Amino acid sequence: MAEFGNPDVVQEECDVLMIGGGMANCGAAYEIGPWAEKAEAELGRPMNIKLVDKAALPRSGAVAQGLSAINTYIGAEQDPADYARMVSNDLMGITRDDLAYDLGRHVDESVHLFEEWGLPIWKMDENGERFDGAQGMASLADGGKPVRSGKWQIMINGESYKWIVAEAAQKALGAENIRERVFMVKLINDKNDKSRVAGAIGFSVREHVIYVYKAKAILLAAGGCVNIFRPRSVGEGTGRAWYPVWNAGSTYSMAAEAGAELTLMENRFVPTRFKDGYGPVGAWFLLFKAKATNAFGEGYMVKNKHMLDDYPPYGQAAVPASCLRNHLMLKEMKDGLGPIWMDTVTALADLREVLTPREVKHLEAEAWEDFLDMCVGQCGIWVGENIEPEKKNSELMPTEPYLLGSHSGCCGIWCSGPDDIGAPTDETEAGVPDHLPSGWNWGYRGMTTINGLFTAGDGVGAAGHKFSSGSHAEGRMAAKSMVQYVLDNKDWTPELDTDVDDLVMEILKPVMTYMEHKDYSTAIDVNPNYITPKMLQFRLQKIMDEYVAGVATYYTTNAEMMRVAGEKIDMLKEDAEKMRAKDLHEWLRAWENYHRILTAEAHLKHIEFRQESRYPGFYYRADKNFVDEENWKCFVNSIYDKESGKWTCFKRAHKDLVDKSKLFK
Amino acid sequence: MPTYVRTDKCDGCKGADKTACMYICPHDLMKLDMDGSETGHAMKSFNQEPEQCWECYSCVKICPQQAIEVRHYADVVPLGGSVQPIRGTDSIIWSIKFRNGTLKRFKFPIRTTPEGSIDPYGGKPEADMAKIKDTGFFVQHNGYRSGDPSELICK
Repeated sequence: MAEFGNPDVVQEECDVLMIGGGMANCGAAYEIGPWAEKAEAELGRPMNIKLVDKAALPRSGAVAQGLSAINTYIGAEQDPADYARMVSNDLMGITRDDLAYDLGRHVDESVHLFEEWGLPIWKMDENGERFDGAQGMASLADGGKPVRSGKWQIMINGESYKWIVAEAAQKALGAENIRERVFMVKLINDKNDKSRVAGAIGFSVREHVIYVYKAKAILLAAGGCVNIFRPRSVGEGTGRAWYPVWNAGSTYSMAAEAGAELTLMENRFVPTRFKDGYGPVGAWFLLFKAKATNAFGEGYMVKNKHMLDDYPPYGQAAVPASCLRNHLMLKEMKDGLGPIWMDTVTALADLREVLTPREVKHLEAEAWEDFLDMCVGQCGIWVGENIEPEKKNSELMPTEPYLLGSHSGCCGIWCSGPDDIGAPTDETEAGVPDHLPSGWNWGYRGMTTINGLFTAGDGVGAAGHKFSSGSHAEGRMAAKSMVQYVLDNKDWTPELDTDVDDLVMEILKPVMTYMEHKDYSTAIDVNPNYITPKMLQFRLQKIMDEYVAGVATYYTTNAEMMRVAGEKIDMLKEDAEKMRAKDLHEWLRAWENYHRILTAEAHLKHIEFRQESRYPGFYYRADKNFVDEENWKCFVNSIYDKESGKWTCFKRAHKDLVDKSKLFK
Repeated sequence: MPTYVRTDKCDGCKGADKTACMYICPHDLMKLDMDGSETGHAMKSFNQEPEQCWECYSCVKICPQQAIEVRHYADVVPLGGSVQPIRGTDSIIWSIKFRNGTLKRFKFPIRTTPEGSIDPYGGKPEADMAKIKDTGFFVQHNGYRSGDPSELICK
């Protein structure tokens, strides 16, 4: 291996570069092959497609452990318009109906493929009895009936979900086109057009090699952002995040640095989950019909129902938004009426009355499988605390905040959508910078405002509730767009706007900082000349927790607290220049933190700009503690200037493309 | 719930410089201590950053010697419980022990096709370039939902 601090540099060129190996890029890797093959004729040569994952494809990304449900399956009886309505309702009215509708049209195609590839999907027979996915019943594609936990969710035996999806992607793209254990950290813009991407740089975490890619089209789909807030568990428990610990905000920060427009970065998600283990609650609420109560057995959704009246029309929806459900629960906690309990005991007892004997026997296994398929840590809590759910209830707790685009939080990158849904083609808000596109589509579905830069999954903002299957489908849609883009630009060659040597020096800086100063102190971690990534992350988390609506303040902030946070983050960004990397592993951590810092800053700037509390239960601006439909029912978008380090936020107009009044029967 | 490696079971993946657990950990936590200088146990693996462990169990499931177990987060979970899988090719068996000694065992299916058997494009049509700008994918698998056009109020 090359001497530490003196890496080998490998330069490669390709047509399409996929950064990230999660569900989205596995979808892209699958879909792109047949189109690329046909494109050869026009291109005059095979298309060169590469995928780079900082981990290993079979278990990388949010679906590493598996999942117990696929949360987005439309089915033949529901309409993509109903789906788009649901997404909008859960996100307090501000979503891109075009992207959601488009996702709703496509997502089931991926689910049917998953089943074909080997994912067991629970089925229901004519009597309404539930069976696991390995009983040989008809597939969904052939009309088999899924077991729906909710309107949009279907239950699966999903321990190997990612493994299976990755196998299909690997075989489709070819192992020789997939590079694992390489962490891409920066996009590079084109020398002749700064609104265009030309490549990316990253490094191996197994050998001392830096990789510089030139590419025409880049699909940046590297997940969401975890651990920018101080988590509720702080020792070993730091690792027990709700979303995967390795999601470092790489998608958002790399795109922002390249000049791409972000959207709704204020829209964090605060899931309410089983306390400490963060196990899922979906099956318990929807399938097992469990109720959540305060310490005295009172159902707070009923007790505090009047609080919904503060948020018309959203409070009057048939199903209150996720944030509003938190809002009602937080009142109990703040009033000292916790712990909050998930009444698993009653739920299971009630089910025993109505299920067949076979199903009752199966019920315990279903309850445990729900965790074992996707959150084994919650079982860890149960076994350590001697909790059998039929005998003892479990606590619920709202977590620290997370940023992601695929869930009940829809921050991300502003993307071009489909052109056949009736989406706006002009912009009615005045403050949008001139160089940015007007309207919601500019040629390639899934492309950002930087030409050639695409995203999918957690990266596509304003289109939440896509989850795993939707991320895969979005990756597939982006794949088609990228093939089109490469063909449309077949005579153009990317040129990097920065010398490779300069890029290498920038990437290597934490390593060089360590090498230069490591012998100054006898204690390698306590040295005034540098800061370890671990300590820098703690510092970022402390700032965000105390000032930007973390758990420390019950998710509350105000303009003054945010001003202070901004000052502290400015100093943090300066000190981040002094992050050290003592080995390849720490170098990975250092660059993950650069991504986290920028994502955290985007989050702060967006909350500051939005003069209301659009998501009560996720965050509150104490100085603007209301929803202002008249002035703020709009997107908050932003552009980052990497030269000055400054953010510019602005409004973009929102428009309903489907009739939302149907939500308020 | 960090992972730990049993000294009596780990064989360092028989002397390769990269172990199965190193291959699979999504967060780059597992590391082979080749000369024993980091752990005192040469040619065995360890979790180099347990407080960053998501307990995804990827390493536990992949270890050919079943040498990796999980001791739940010491600052959160009382001692004495264990949740341990044996992952086969079509199913997984979970052995569960409570702190109070209660035992449970569950078996769940994980896959309905043989491992490695996916033929991604087998029996699938070629892409039709004339349709690349249309909605839908290169292959239709009964999942495209075209929707009621009257729902689109701005079209």
